[in-house]
Amino acid sequence: MIRYAYIIPLLPLLAFFVNIAVGKRLPRKGDWVSIAAIGAGLAMSIAIFFEVFRIHDPNFKYHVVYPWLDIGGRFVVKAGILVDNITAVMLVVVTGVSTLVHIFSVGYMHGDPRYSRFFAYLSIFSFSMLGLVLAESFFFIYIFWELVGLASYLLIGFWFEKKSAADACKKAFIVNRVGDFGFLIGFLILFASTGVLGYDEVFQGIREGKVAGTLLTLAGIGIFCGAIGKSAQFPLHVWLPDAMEGPTPVSALIHAATMVAAGVYLVGRVYPIFTPDAFLVIAYIGLLTLFISATIALTSRDIKKVLAYSTCSQLGFMIMGLGVGGFTAGLLHLTTHAAFKACLFLGSGSVIHAVHSQDIFEMGGLWKKMKITAATFIIATLAIAGVPGFSGFYSKDMILAAALEFGMRHPQHMIIFVVTLFTAGMTAFYMFRLVILTFFGKPRDHHKYDHAHESPPNMWVPLVVLATLSFAFWFKTPLAEKGWFEVMVPKPASAVVTAAAVPTHPAGDPKSVHDAAHRGVLPAGDPKGDHDAHLAHKAHTIAMYSSVGVAGLGILLAFGIYMLGWVDPDKVAAKYPRLHDFLVNKWYFDELYEATAVNGTKALSRALGWFDLHVVDGLVNLCAQMGVWASSLIGKFDNAVVDGAVNGVATVTIESGSFIRRFQTGKLHHYVFILAGGVLIIYLVKAF
Amino acid sequence: MGLDKLLVISAALFCCGLYAILTRRNAVAVLMGVELILNAANINFVAFSFYVSRVIGGQIFAVFVIVLAAAEAAVALAIFLRMYATTGTVEVDAADHLKG
Repeated sequence: MIRYAYIIPLLPLLAFFVNIAVGKRLPRKGDWVSIAAIGAGLAMSIAIFFEVFRIHDPNFKYHVVYPWLDIGGRFVVKAGILVDNITAVMLVVVTGVSTLVHIFSVGYMHGDPRYSRFFAYLSIFSFSMLGLVLAESFFFIYIFWELVGLASYLLIGFWFEKKSAADACKKAFIVNRVGDFGFLIGFLILFASTGVLGYDEVFQGIREGKVAGTLLTLAGIGIFCGAIGKSAQFPLHVWLPDAMEGPTPVSALIHAATMVAAGVYLVGRVYPIFTPDAFLVIAYIGLLTLFISATIALTSRDIKKVLAYSTCSQLGFMIMGLGVGGFTAGLLHLTTHAAFKACLFLGSGSVIHAVHSQDIFEMGGLWKKMKITAATFIIATLAIAGVPGFSGFYSKDMILAAALEFGMRHPQHMIIFVVTLFTAGMTAFYMFRLVILTFFGKPRDHHKYDHAHESPPNMWVPLVVLATLSFAFWFKTPLAEKGWFEVMVPKPASAVVTAAAVPTHPAGDPKSVHDAAHRGVLPAGDPKGDHDAHLAHKAHTIAMYSSVGVAGLGILLAFGIYMLGWVDPDKVAAKYPRLHDFLVNKWYFDELYEATAVNGTKALSRALGWFDLHVVDGLVNLCAQMGVWASSLIGKFDNAVVDGAVNGVATVTIESGSFIRRFQTGKLHHYVFILAGGVLIIYLVKAF
Repeated sequence: MGLDKLLVISAALFCCGLYAILTRRNAVAVLMGVELILNAANINFVAFSFYVSRVIGGQIFAVFVIVLAAAEAAVALAIFLRMYATTGTVEVDAADHLKG
């Protein structure tokens, strides 16, 4: 089955073409084409997953390439697919969430005038995302990277009649371009240095020392810039909350579960190229993101905005986890987050569908009206808050452990763990604030409450499926020492050549490879296996207890404030008006960018416009004027000299002709006389 | 009778012909002058052939000239007839339509 993996992305592509061309004329407006394509993809992905699972080799890799573009025989761009354990998991995540979102959309988008186009866009997105996951070279991942950006742009701006949606899709696209530019530079640095594009070839080139030091750090940070843009990391996180203008299933699919995770996937995929300095940048960018987004989520009133900032924050967790060396932890959180965040978003879609509002202060008490939505939403919230027994606890705990281990190894970076732990508590708090305000308490808007109703089955079935996947036992049975994900997705050995020896492990031994996952990223110095294992164990224990503690504290605080009324949140807000305004205005990032980047660009374009109008056009007009002058001069020369010469020849011919014609009298005697006279003259000349 | 005497006769004949062409206005008379010039040339052909080259090339050439002169006379007389029919005269001065 693995051999046929390339079919998985092609099915949605086919569905895209069908729906975009004849979707409107098909029965049910073509939604079944897209659903069938992605459903078949899901079936194949699950088959591949189990095949890979049965092989149970952490280093399993199915890699096939064939020459695609021959550039003058000197360089061949190769196309191909790479299926390893990460890819197999990602395939299931992408096709799984995508299938459920497709099914959910049948209900949510019912009656939309561009219904079939919506499914076409979902299909092109699925194609791009699956291509991105299966890509085996920097070149192809970049192509699909841009394609998912396009799909995201199309879907955010799906209701382009709304000005806010049209603005949001432009913003998302342009902000992403900034990051993608860094990605392009990063992979061009690698290409220029190594001359190859495939991941493995590039890693091999780095191992051979073709690129190292600062340049390699720069290449790593450049590629990470792509992740900053796509995964909405500080300072390019501003597009993701605005992207919530798109239909809610799109938010669930693209802006929560899959596309935004592409950045995390990219960092995981090219993990061996990062130098310790690049890792430090990644860790701190992730840290800033997770903290800033969580603080903004505390004050947001919009159900989707809260989820959007929580997505930013969770992506920050993943990025930070990858940055501090928790490779497995970051990717595991990506997987678990995909399920529970998709569930939360689809749940919010169900709520919005019921009450026709996104303001959580207009909701309340919805638990009675929509029990299934509420139950699934609460399960997913427990997962994201990090309550034991749910998937989010398992993965977030690993990230915290990795951060703590990193902090123990490098005490000057202990702040990473502290802030992350604090943010984990904030996550629990703002998520339960959302749940309490939405589903519990008394209805605040009776008109909306009375009209609320449970959504149809094709909307709540995906919720139930995703909520079921939010339990931890899918990833780790309670008694097992390690989850299958930990065993199957070990941290790859770094390709960076450092002065200190990089610890090597016998390939194929899951235990030792797992230990590597817990190893710090900075040069380990002397091999100290026992010490490392001990440190990792200690970090894990502390992280687990502290994360449970802060999660409990956050939940308790949320219940205390919003349910039992210990403290009135409005009074707190009134007490610290500056801080409250600061958070409500999202740290003034949009204003800052408006003032600097946007207005700067506008001023620059005005200046360039002036330059264009006056200098460039002036030059062009001057050239034109000179052309006119030169041609009038040449025209005069042509009239006077050239025509004069031609006319002169004609005049001379006419004049000489009219002179000579006098001799042509027609009189025979004249001719004979001239003839005879001529002969006589010749005779006289010859004779004397 | 030597070569020089024949050349004198030929020259005299040529001059007679030239004079006739230059002075006569009647086309037939001009044609007669042309015949005299041709015959002056014939005398030269025969005389030089007889006294100088000693082969009969000159005599043969003279016969050709006579034949040619006959043809020429026929064509010329035909033209004069047509001219007379058209203009009512054979004065050569009247035939100046092709003057420049």
